[in-house]
Amino acid sequence: MSLNAVIAANRFGLGARPGDLKKVVLDPKAWLLSQVGQSQATNIRSDNLLTSAQAFEALQDYQQARAAQQRAAASPSPAVSFDERVRLADLVNQTTGREIEARVQHAVTTTAPFAERWVQFWSNHFTMAARNLQTTPFPGSFEREAIRPYVWGRFEDLLVKADTHVGMLIYLDQAQSIGPNSQAAQNQQGRRRAAGLNENLAREILELHTLGADGGYSQADVTEFARALTGWTVAGPRLRRLAQDAKIGTTIFVPALHEPGARVVLGKSFPPAGENQALAILSHLARQPAVAKRIAAKVAQHFVADDPPRALVARLEASFRQSGGDLAALARTLIQSPEAWVPEASKFKTPNDFLISTMRASGANAASTQALRATFEQLGQTPWRAPSPKGWPDVASEWAAPDAILKRIDWANLAADIIGESFQPIAFAESALGPALTDKTRTAISRAQTARQGIVLALMSPEFQRR
Amino acid sequence: MTNRRTLLTAGLSGLSLAMLGGTASFAQAAQTSGKFVFIVLRGAMDGLTAVVPYNDPAYRSFRGVIALDGPGGPNGTLPLSDGFGLHPALKEMHGLWQTGQMSFMHAAASPYRERSHFDAQDMLEAGTAQLTSIRSGWMNRALAMLPNGPNQEGVAIGRTIPLVLRGPAKATSWAPPLAPESDGDTLARLSDLYAGDAMLSNALAMAIETDRIADGGTMTSGDTGRGRQGAYAPLASAAARILAAPGGPAGAVLSFEGWDTHANQGGAQGQLANRLEALDNAIKALRVGLGPLWANTTVVIATEFGRTVRVNGTGGTDHGTGGVSFLLGGAVRGGLMLGDWPGLSRLYEDRDLVPTNDVRQLFAQGLTNAWGLDRQAVLSHVFTA
Repeated sequence: MSLNAVIAANRFGLGARPGDLKKVVLDPKAWLLSQVGQSQATNIRSDNLLTSAQAFEALQDYQQARAAQQRAAASPSPAVSFDERVRLADLVNQTTGREIEARVQHAVTTTAPFAERWVQFWSNHFTMAARNLQTTPFPGSFEREAIRPYVWGRFEDLLVKADTHVGMLIYLDQAQSIGPNSQAAQNQQGRRRAAGLNENLAREILELHTLGADGGYSQADVTEFARALTGWTVAGPRLRRLAQDAKIGTTIFVPALHEPGARVVLGKSFPPAGENQALAILSHLARQPAVAKRIAAKVAQHFVADDPPRALVARLEASFRQSGGDLAALARTLIQSPEAWVPEASKFKTPNDFLISTMRASGANAASTQALRATFEQLGQTPWRAPSPKGWPDVASEWAAPDAILKRIDWANLAADIIGESFQPIAFAESALGPALTDKTRTAISRAQTARQGIVLALMSPEFQRR
Repeated sequence: MTNRRTLLTAGLSGLSLAMLGGTASFAQAAQTSGKFVFIVLRGAMDGLTAVVPYNDPAYRSFRGVIALDGPGGPNGTLPLSDGFGLHPALKEMHGLWQTGQMSFMHAAASPYRERSHFDAQDMLEAGTAQLTSIRSGWMNRALAMLPNGPNQEGVAIGRTIPLVLRGPAKATSWAPPLAPESDGDTLARLSDLYAGDAMLSNALAMAIETDRIADGGTMTSGDTGRGRQGAYAPLASAAARILAAPGGPAGAVLSFEGWDTHANQGGAQGQLANRLEALDNAIKALRVGLGPLWANTTVVIATEFGRTVRVNGTGGTDHGTGGVSFLLGGAVRGGLMLGDWPGLSRLYEDRDLVPTNDVRQLFAQGLTNAWGLDRQAVLSHVFTA
């Protein structure tokens, strides 16, 4: 069996399920290319999941109920606070809990694992994380609504969908940003605290989603962009009336919140155009050479090496520029790049990828949410809890701390018990790693004292930990 | 040295003819008030260190630095019979021997003759004559012969149910509530495996060092931290508690890991002595924990295979064939050496103790003793395959 089958399954994908390598081996590149552009592969079953609008309503319901209870009980009785806890747990479970389960289920069982890696890469690029009550209900629906449908299209479209999604508008404080000279600000002057411009979304779009910190923009660009973005917000119970009675919990543009006037960003003037002013700026940003360069470097670093070969980055950059940011073309270029197929596996799996690839290797089909969440937490990468808008780090030095390695070993110890019920250790290692299994690891596994220890050695071997 | 032909050596057909005298009388009907405990020593315990044939003329030269003295000296073995001595760390077990509650079977092995731990453990637990696809264990098949009732059930102390207890009869498992830490031995093996990977080897080395400091330096000493692979007693206490509960299960399985002593196994003291002491503590914990129920309890201790007769170049021993097994408990009328002793003058494949005794004979004896099962029925229903 050629090593390329393993590289396709591990480096490009999420790890081999039993039997996968035999299927992939016929033509690893074709197997990967066939996943590019497959919209079926990037969508996940959402029967029991809430849309972002439904999640918004659920959050409103919870907050109203909590406020009512607080008013009703001058001194809150235990029963009241218990009820609140139950309601909160319900809310979190309906949103985060089910979303994690669906996402992991999909990653573990998908027959197009490269497509799912591609989704998770973009989801991390446009990080929308749960960091408080207001943001917790949204990352799952954000990924399903704003990322998954657009990962094979143009970068510009993905950028617009991600940065105008309800979840992102809340996460990066755009929902409460108001133009200082907007109609709404004029009306409320002197009455309440001055209406505020919030620059957070504008700043993170420039710094994280497009140009990058060294991408050549100034603070003035941030502020100007933030002004252009005013008006883009979420349809709350009152605001929605200002936007043709929009459906609650959806993205709306409210002209009364928008800062009037032309904006200058990156030296280019954008005339007043209502909601289209910000869209025009986003479109302009997406075409900047710095974006092509940055996306190319990130993709290469994510899939190939912490310090990726320059030739690879250059090829990806050219592909991005020449195709006008066509992400399917970018994925194909990555697959066709010889640098991506070097035998040496240098990328160290993130906890998420370690967990997913272990479950895939064991042939698992499902897992309980509770166990999952505890495991992700133990390994340090709870889905959608990235510590900042920058997302999860993508280099080994961030994940290979001594304690983190020990936690992986401890978890492998647990997993090995379950895997050992259906696999002999050597057979397990062969099925997951094929020709990438080294003689050294094979010998170590065969000498293990117990089947469990053998499986721990397989899971923790350099060739399983790296890709 | 007496070669006692207390059991026929070839196959199980001999069992019915050669059952030992001195064991419990067989009840007319199977009953479940008796408790049966099976302890698997995973990793292959060195039988010649646990039960020392100090009178065998070849013993000392084969064993070199790891040889133990006969009874009498300060580090001497504890006297058994027939020229055998028990390792000095096995004090509780020696007490049982002295009160007639323990027997041992030397040169014991399952029919497995290769050297893989996993396959050997599988076969030991399946109780079959060869590696088969049978996915049930002999203890479970024996449980299935008991009358229906709340205690017609087996419990495994651990996170999963090992093969010996899998099958049609009801089986459950119980694990200590703390998340299990990986043991020191696994970490050592991973350190070797990471030799060519600078990032992983540095990270693991630092982790082990940090852990050692956090543990107060006891990392490899036995009962705490990641060295607590040897902490068998708490598991035995848990088993006793579960068995003794009203309507508690009729049987329990305990897995004690860490017996694969390829290097520096030591003699009267050292790595293996620490393990043996931990095993001995576990037996004591079981006896104390079971209280009055100990009188109805039968325990079998076995390992997947023995180890090489010669000490190797690193003060350890390698995978072998014949090993030692124990039958003990308040319900056992023991004080006997079971089976044949082949001696050390002739070795299996010029390296191992000749496996003269089928360890399944001891299993069958333990089951009939504990549960009053009919010997013939056990042989035909449990150990036929």
